Amino acid sequence: MKFGASELSEVEQDALAEIANIGVSRAANSLRQMVGEQVLLSVPAVSIVTRQAASRLVERDNPAKLVAVQQSFEGPFSGRALLIFPEAQSLELVRSIIGDEHSLEDVIDLEHEALAETGNIILNACLATIANVLRRTMRMSLPSVIRGDGATLFDVQGGANGGNLVLFLYIDFTIKHHDVHGFIALLMDLPAITILKAIVRDYIDAIGQQPSSHVG
Amino acid sequence: MQLKALIVDDSKLARMVLASAFRRIQPEWELIEATNADDALEAISARTVDVALVDFNMPGTDGLELIAKMRKTHPKMPVAVISANVQEEIIARARELNAAFVPKPLTDEALAAFLSGAALRLRKAAQ
Repeated sequence: MKFGASELSEVEQDALAEIANIGVSRAANSLRQMVGEQVLLSVPAVSIVTRQAASRLVERDNPAKLVAVQQSFEGPFSGRALLIFPEAQSLELVRSIIGDEHSLEDVIDLEHEALAETGNIILNACLATIANVLRRTMRMSLPSVIRGDGATLFDVQGGANGGNLVLFLYIDFTIKHHDVHGFIALLMDLPAITILKAIVRDYIDAIGQQPSSHVG
Repeated sequence: MQLKALIVDDSKLARMVLASAFRRIQPEWELIEATNADDALEAISARTVDVALVDFNMPGTDGLELIAKMRKTHPKMPVAVISANVQEEIIARARELNAAFVPKPLTDEALAAFLSGAALRLRKAAQ
């Protein structure tokens, strides 16, 4: 996936992937604490795409039926963060979090609650860390659980306000010893990208000035 | 003396996680659960509550707004904000309200540290 030359420079792209990586690593650590197993992460990918292209990317490697926990965020830049799983794996995820001692009935009962709270913890860890790294404040909405295909999750139909292009940032994860695979996606509205570029530029400049500060 | 802890969280799972940590760390404490700010304020006005553990991200009044209200009647009660929103601003606002910040996912160590500090403050206040 290539950027338009006018969108983000290579160094900005690297910086964003690195910032996302810091955020998602913190989120993965939270998930690790919740399930008690290692969480394996892919290399983060950052691109500017249409919502349709983002949904196709999601659908390419996954079954059509997905479940996601989403939170909107607002601040210097706005968008949505989603924690996405194949729907067939959501009960396994819930079971890995609440433990094996609960019956299947309990697991089904708690599925919605557990997904929302898991999403809340993981997405907050990711977004709050990004906000801290960038030294900005972000407001996060309450989590909500949505089900459907990639197009439903990414609001392909309803994305008319603010244009159809989004900054799409995603990272795959797998929970070791559990049949759970999913990914975290951030969709940022394009009008915010000029602001985001300025913020990323500040971050890059700060690295240049303080080589020993919070890098890595 | 049996101590009473108020747990405020809109998520049933989060309340279950807290209650189960309490059973391991302080099984003798009595737990009172509230799912929102109004229920929490009613609970602390209706009975004695020694310690409160409050989620930040809740529908309606958020946890920090709730603690600000609780402080009007309970200025010294040990209170902790429990949240995955580890933004420095949120932690600073908790400090301003004289509340501890306990990150989610909750660990027994973090809860135990808060509760032992709280129990110490309550003993000192009772002397």
